[in-house]
Amino acid sequence: MISEHREYSEHPQQSEHHGHSDAPDGETAPLALKILVAGGFGVGKTTLVGAVSEIKPLRTEELLSEVGQSVDDTGGVDQKVTTTVAMDFGRITIRSGLSLYLFGTPGQDRFWFLWDELAQGALGAVVLADTRRLDDCFPAVDYFEHRHIPFVVAVNCFTGARRYTDEEVSRALDLDPGTPVVLCDARDRASGKEVLIRLVEYAGRMHTARLLDSVG
Amino acid sequence: MNTDRTGVAQQPGSQWFDGEAGPLVRPYAMTGGRTRPGPTGVRFDLIALVTLDPGTPGAADDAALGPEHRTLIDLCSTETQSVAELAAGTDLPVGVVRVLLGDLLESGRVTVSRPVPPAQLPDERILREVIEGLRAL
Repeated sequence: MISEHREYSEHPQQSEHHGHSDAPDGETAPLALKILVAGGFGVGKTTLVGAVSEIKPLRTEELLSEVGQSVDDTGGVDQKVTTTVAMDFGRITIRSGLSLYLFGTPGQDRFWFLWDELAQGALGAVVLADTRRLDDCFPAVDYFEHRHIPFVVAVNCFTGARRYTDEEVSRALDLDPGTPVVLCDARDRASGKEVLIRLVEYAGRMHTARLLDSVG
Repeated sequence: MNTDRTGVAQQPGSQWFDGEAGPLVRPYAMTGGRTRPGPTGVRFDLIALVTLDPGTPGAADDAALGPEHRTLIDLCSTETQSVAELAAGTDLPVGVVRVLLGDLLESGRVTVSRPVPPAQLPDERILREVIEGLRAL
């Protein structure tokens, strides 16, 4: 995992100071942080990204070649199947030189290997949940728990869906104690901001705890 | 090459048959068939930031640069851009943008920031800044 994060220059050994990569003039280099937004299909990931992003959510595409997988019968022609996976993302500029990028994770389970790349160096994740289909977010919860990536569960309160308390959701998802559950409206900017603030606070606490662990 | 699967003739120069058929120009044709960046061989993160080297020679007089290289340089000339933004801005798959950026890095036209290594994340002071910044939005 670490190996992917070498300096992209001829000086891989330098610049290990809290993510400030070495700027030639001694200034702090621009810093970007990454937050993932995960959850089942149609739960409102792009809506949440759009609500808090200062830019209209952009889309990146990754071409994937699924080698050796015969999907279509193309009359005996051996073909590599190329799939396009789209990821929506948004940006929040905290100040000049410090920005936050939000990435909606590809919804389908078969593209999970893409998550590994997305998750590298991520500050944390928001798992968006719909109480009417709570099991849709189990895979995301499992994924982040196993990789010790700080995450909060944000329950998108759809109109007409029964309201549950955060304790009820926490129990239903069998979350580790301490994992925050936030009720939100993914369309609402203030609500989305609150979700992100809770995540960053939680990520900070997790990190401090881990530092103390490594010292003790 | 200028008919789609249903045999309908396309406008010359139209880049896409339709969403289903995929691009007419194979994406990796723009990279000369390369799917990985050159000798540095590093996979740029989606949030790696690309900055134009201030001393960079003008792109116009370099025959080694393709049109997509020039588009990338143009996009970076206004402000520092992330790899993800460049992919969205050029409407190219991320993998293609990575290869093209590798070329620009090797010819010294851009610098590409390394993302924060997970072990050093998060710096407490920066996180406080982020929280305050979010509150102020």
